[in-house]
Amino acid sequence: MPVIILRQLLNFIISLFVLTIFTFGLTHLFPEGVSLLIPQDLDTGSSITQIGESVANNGNLFSNYFQYLNQIYQGNLGLSSVRGSSVFDEFFIYFPATLELSLVALIFAVFAGIPLGIIAAKNKNRWPDKLIVSSTLFGYSMPIFWWAILLILFFSLWLGVTPVASRLGFEFDIQPLTGFMLADTLLSDKSYSIEAFYSALHHLLLPAIALGTIPLAVVTRSTRSAMISILTEDYIRSAKARGLSFTKVIWKHALRNAMIPVVTTIGLLISILITGSLITESIFSWPGAGKWLLEAVYRRDFTVIHGAILAIACFIILVHFLLDLLSIYLDPKRRRT
Amino acid sequence: MKNLNTLFSILLFCSLFLVGCSNDSGSTVKDNVLVYCSEASPQSFNPQLVTSGSTFDAARQIYNRLIEFKPGSSHITSSLADKWEISDDGKEYIFYLRENVKFHSTDYFKPTRDFNADDVLFSFQRQWKKDHPYHHVSNLGFRYFESMGFNNRIKDIIKLNDHQIKFVLNRPDATFLATLAMDFTSILSAEYAEQLLAKGQPENIDNHPIGTGAFQLVRYQADAFIRYKAHFQYWKGQEELKELVFAITPDPSLRFARLIAGECDLMAKPLPIHLKAVINYPFIQVMNEPGSNIAYLAMNTNKKPFDDPKIREALNYAINKEALIKIVYQNTAVVAKNPIPPNMWSYNRDTPTIPFSLQTAQSLLQQAGYPNGFEMDLWAMPVQRSYNPNATKMAELIKQDLEKIGIRTKIISYEFGAFLEKVKKGEHQTALLGWIGDNGDPDNFFSPLLSCNAALSGTNAAFWCDPDFDQLIKQAGMISDIYTRTLLYQKAQEQFSQSKPWVPIAHSRQFILANKRVKNFRLAPTDGVYFSGVTLETSSNQENRN
Repeated sequence: MPVIILRQLLNFIISLFVLTIFTFGLTHLFPEGVSLLIPQDLDTGSSITQIGESVANNGNLFSNYFQYLNQIYQGNLGLSSVRGSSVFDEFFIYFPATLELSLVALIFAVFAGIPLGIIAAKNKNRWPDKLIVSSTLFGYSMPIFWWAILLILFFSLWLGVTPVASRLGFEFDIQPLTGFMLADTLLSDKSYSIEAFYSALHHLLLPAIALGTIPLAVVTRSTRSAMISILTEDYIRSAKARGLSFTKVIWKHALRNAMIPVVTTIGLLISILITGSLITESIFSWPGAGKWLLEAVYRRDFTVIHGAILAIACFIILVHFLLDLLSIYLDPKRRRT
Repeated sequence: MKNLNTLFSILLFCSLFLVGCSNDSGSTVKDNVLVYCSEASPQSFNPQLVTSGSTFDAARQIYNRLIEFKPGSSHITSSLADKWEISDDGKEYIFYLRENVKFHSTDYFKPTRDFNADDVLFSFQRQWKKDHPYHHVSNLGFRYFESMGFNNRIKDIIKLNDHQIKFVLNRPDATFLATLAMDFTSILSAEYAEQLLAKGQPENIDNHPIGTGAFQLVRYQADAFIRYKAHFQYWKGQEELKELVFAITPDPSLRFARLIAGECDLMAKPLPIHLKAVINYPFIQVMNEPGSNIAYLAMNTNKKPFDDPKIREALNYAINKEALIKIVYQNTAVVAKNPIPPNMWSYNRDTPTIPFSLQTAQSLLQQAGYPNGFEMDLWAMPVQRSYNPNATKMAELIKQDLEKIGIRTKIISYEFGAFLEKVKKGEHQTALLGWIGDNGDPDNFFSPLLSCNAALSGTNAAFWCDPDFDQLIKQAGMISDIYTRTLLYQKAQEQFSQSKPWVPIAHSRQFILANKRVKNFRLAPTDGVYFSGVTLETSSNQENRN
């Protein structure tokens, strides 16, 4: 077991290493060049390009790269070239919103997708199965930007039951503490903190459904196929033969084993969720990291583009690493090797 | 199976509960909160540093100026300066400052004194004096101060006492007072600046603003929202609005959706299609104001064949402006014939209107020696502007018009920043451009767009330098008598229409959509929003669809 964990760890480190080489290369395409590498002292009044030149003239590519790594290690991602604020700090302002949205979307996908997958597997080739499978195909092929707009049209503008955009009703003024609106509203000492919490949940509903639809389809389908193959296994048949109820068979015997491929799928979903949130956020005017990156692209704020790519990619690599560990823990076959 | 069913019913119940809950919550809290769906994040909260409209809108709520525009007009009125005296030679202005004006008190700054002449001195010297300790803070430059020529206009600013301040000018200047009502002359707190300098955080003055205005900043998250609350010691009396929120929503369709869903009370910059759609929503009002703007096709007179007035005249005849107004502006604009808009004083109504006539254009081309036309490039900016909602489309329509007289057009576009830089350098033959006047004075159109100086600096995209015209507008800029100035500017417009360095295209009307509960809001002709004095009617809230 330690060997496989070590292997995963090595994999993790190499991925990060490749990522930094990529982002380092990226900085050479920016007008500011390698000036991202060094701490920028605004008081001197010298322009970013001047600093960039002075760095470029000192030292070769390798020493620049190690300087760059050193800066990143210290959490220095430079300053936004539009706002002048620290990119590292900004990331922690925007990213919790993305994380909150992605997590809720994931919870929606998992909590709706697994039961749907089980129902489909149980009724294999009968109408509930066919209905579920065909609607997952529908959900899977629905582009987010189209689906989200349909949802807004129907629920927000036609029925008027959900808000159109943003994270919270504007009548509530909530001090950001954690960046997670659900937590911040509850932690707030304002008299309307409970109302604000409901408002935050209410605002999450539509974007989470829009973002969670593709993952929902993926989770449903992978649960269904895993379930179908497991339900034909000998140990399930013997469990049934012993007279256990179907629910018990599913809960005690089938589900855990069926979850192994599903957990792997969820790992793949993280990148779908994060890239999907880029679109979802701009449609719902959701102030998260995706919108932050997109706005930076519009404004040609290269430091933010660089920082956002690096930080988001790091996060995805980290999550994959953790999920790999989880699947090792869940899968007795892999645990032994 | 039972477990699953329970789970489902719990989920369903939860979602119903959520929907039910939030529908009736907050209606009381919302009564004094006005939400404005704005189109972009501000770059800073200091109007001295920037030129973008969204920044001015965000900062205007916080600050006052010595002089202000009356709401919804370009006429000036007193503000922080109670009254003023102008010397006979027109070079000295003495301002008597209002007393008992309080600055905002926030958790990061508690003022110990009222507004006085030091604050005025600080606000101007920061932009003016290169050795001022705040001149290089934030390092964005003071583009407005420079482009309005304040560096050369001002000779001295003298504090006479705490409540009197004297501006000495290098030459008499009729536009000086109107310029003092512009956003870049906002008054900041000198005391706050000193405190920040002592703390070693001078850049906070631009991000954590302190002003004397009707609203003070509470919270700002870039690309999300700006939250203000009413300044409770505001010198005009506290606002009825308790809070003001700018919901930053760059996508116009989303802004519109938020407006009809009741999340916004006002929506900035609606598209023509939204103006058609509002008929279905009885709780929305359309506000519009003739804009102080111009959209035009500049012909680079430095480049062949546009050095020939005949060719320029031919283009004036060959472009169907009525069609442009109908298709590009969806009839939300009027045809232009002068460089200044019709609602501005000194507008010359006698300027002949040039009809759309391909025959005249053709014969003019023949006279100029181009019977078979020629090739030219047409530069179109890639962005939506209030004076031109779709320059690319306009360029395509113009291209079709010009093909009919044998002129083959190539449409060229760059990213907006690069576009403006290249036009400034004169790389174009013709370019679709526009201008929004910001102080209500005709000089604000003539000097930056058509003067010989502007041809040197590049903002005169026609690079047209006519000594007679230049003399007229220079003269008009130095006299304070409005009647004489009107005559001079009308003469200048005659010169312009004879020489035709542009094809003037349109003056667009500007629109804002608002919920009917918004009262007393006036859109300024200079394309900005100001929420002081705006009130909300509480009862009409229930009329909303949901």
